[in-house]
Amino acid sequence: MGIRLRKAEEKFFRVIMFISSLIIALTLLIIIFSILYKGLPSLSWDMIFKTPKGGFYYGKEGGVLNAIIGSLYLSFGSTFLAFILGLPLALYMNIHLVKRRKLVNAIRFLLDLSWGIPSIVYGAFGFTLMIYLGMKTSLLAGIITVTLFILPIMVRAIDEVVKTVPGGLLESALSLGSTRSETAYRIFFKQCVPGIITAILLSFGRGIGDAASVLFTTGYTDYIPTSLLQPTATLPLSIFFQLSSPIPEVQNRAYASAVILVVIILIISILSRLFTKKYQKNQINF
Amino acid sequence: MIICLVIVIALPFILGIGLYFKSTLLLKDHTLIDLLTTSDWKPLSGKFGFLTFIISSLWVTFIALVIAGPICLLTTIHLTQYADKWVLKIMHPVIDILAGIPSVIYGVWGILVVVPFISKYAGPFFGRDVSGYSILAGGIVLSIMIMPFILNILIEVFNTIPSELKEASLSLGASKWQTIKHILVRKAFPGIISAFGLGVSRAFGETIAVLMVVGNVTKIPKGVFQPGYPLPALIANNYGEMLSIPLYDSALMLAALILFVVVLLFNMASRLAIIRVEKYK
Repeated sequence: MGIRLRKAEEKFFRVIMFISSLIIALTLLIIIFSILYKGLPSLSWDMIFKTPKGGFYYGKEGGVLNAIIGSLYLSFGSTFLAFILGLPLALYMNIHLVKRRKLVNAIRFLLDLSWGIPSIVYGAFGFTLMIYLGMKTSLLAGIITVTLFILPIMVRAIDEVVKTVPGGLLESALSLGSTRSETAYRIFFKQCVPGIITAILLSFGRGIGDAASVLFTTGYTDYIPTSLLQPTATLPLSIFFQLSSPIPEVQNRAYASAVILVVIILIISILSRLFTKKYQKNQINF
Repeated sequence: MIICLVIVIALPFILGIGLYFKSTLLLKDHTLIDLLTTSDWKPLSGKFGFLTFIISSLWVTFIALVIAGPICLLTTIHLTQYADKWVLKIMHPVIDILAGIPSVIYGVWGILVVVPFISKYAGPFFGRDVSGYSILAGGIVLSIMIMPFILNILIEVFNTIPSELKEASLSLGASKWQTIKHILVRKAFPGIISAFGLGVSRAFGETIAVLMVVGNVTKIPKGVFQPGYPLPALIANNYGEMLSIPLYDSALMLAALILFVVVLLFNMASRLAIIRVEKYK
């Protein structure tokens, strides 16, 4: 092949590669722009601060406050539970089991597998579990299901952060006479706080955005739940239900609700970006 | 701590066992082969053929991969080998945000943009009169959903290739593109295949977004412009009626089990392959 042809080939592929990067960036812009364009005109304070009144799904007044609050309850609850279960595990893997590489890798592998299981499967399993335990569709059943769903994400995300702490820190803490648990919670935890917050935000975002896992377990209601045993609405499902209405006005409200969800997700994304930046700044470098 | 450990380790196993027990009711008087190879879906008269749903799932996943695969590979090479700092600065958050957008939003976007595009432009272009709610729409929406996922893995794979390899190739007089084409891509090949495998398993289980644009007609799709009815959509669409008919309930749990097994196998194979690739580091 002549050198000129070779150069041309490289140039050709460079152009294509640049275009495909551009496609990805543009797609994101198109998605956000088209949701905002369609949803913003229908977005009003009523949408955010009112619960559905009678006939909301036939175009009468009201808003999706029930779904916003329901989603927040659900994701706060399950993120909290997943954190309580996940943080000790992630620290345990990196501090107590630090010598048993094979075991830790096996756990990581299983966690990655659990991460890959579709959320609808978690939903179906949560439903089975709920029937087995004799529960009704409720906030609690939803929280349990979502906790199972985000637990692997939480553990792996914290694990990735803790993994980056230099091994010397563990050795010096232990040589100063602290126990492994003290090292875990007093030293490693503090060192990783910003990264752990990012992990929490990631799990929270997953929890608030997922519809399939809570489809069977939370039920749906127009009211804001006042106890864990009541059914609750969620934002993704609310969007889904409004969109399947034949009435254009209700569909427009679905687009407005989509704007609310997108804004929540963007806020989470920006926050976690800020924390990651801070994390890099605070880290001790050896 | 041990309890948390046990919960987490046992999670996939419990999931599988739970779903299996729920689906034994159906498996008692239907053979698995029968269920998987017939397409007769009439739950009320006791006929449960999953073939339609399986074929729809395969179609949608295939299209998603065909679209996402090349774009992701090219973008990865661009980002890891050629790109300036400012490109990385833009693309990193873009990939992160794409990964974080909830699937229901992708579904809304599909209805707003992809479905009208297919019915107004793509369909007529091929001389078809279509509604737009089709396998193709599902595939397009899905391809964008799995892109950030495949990209993240591909970037990691390309970053683990030792730079000595590249230096050796360059010092022998190969051009940068030749090095990429003959050395890097070849070296990363198992990693690329596994990244695509993980993308496939992601795509296969995705529910709400696909459900919203794919049409949901219980008929084996004959082409990309026809509506389809993937497995996850089947489970999600019927959750209201599940309790009333035990056999129906069992059939949907079997659908979840099939999904679980397929995704798990794909996941396992791909992850093992990636672990092997990363060992070369």
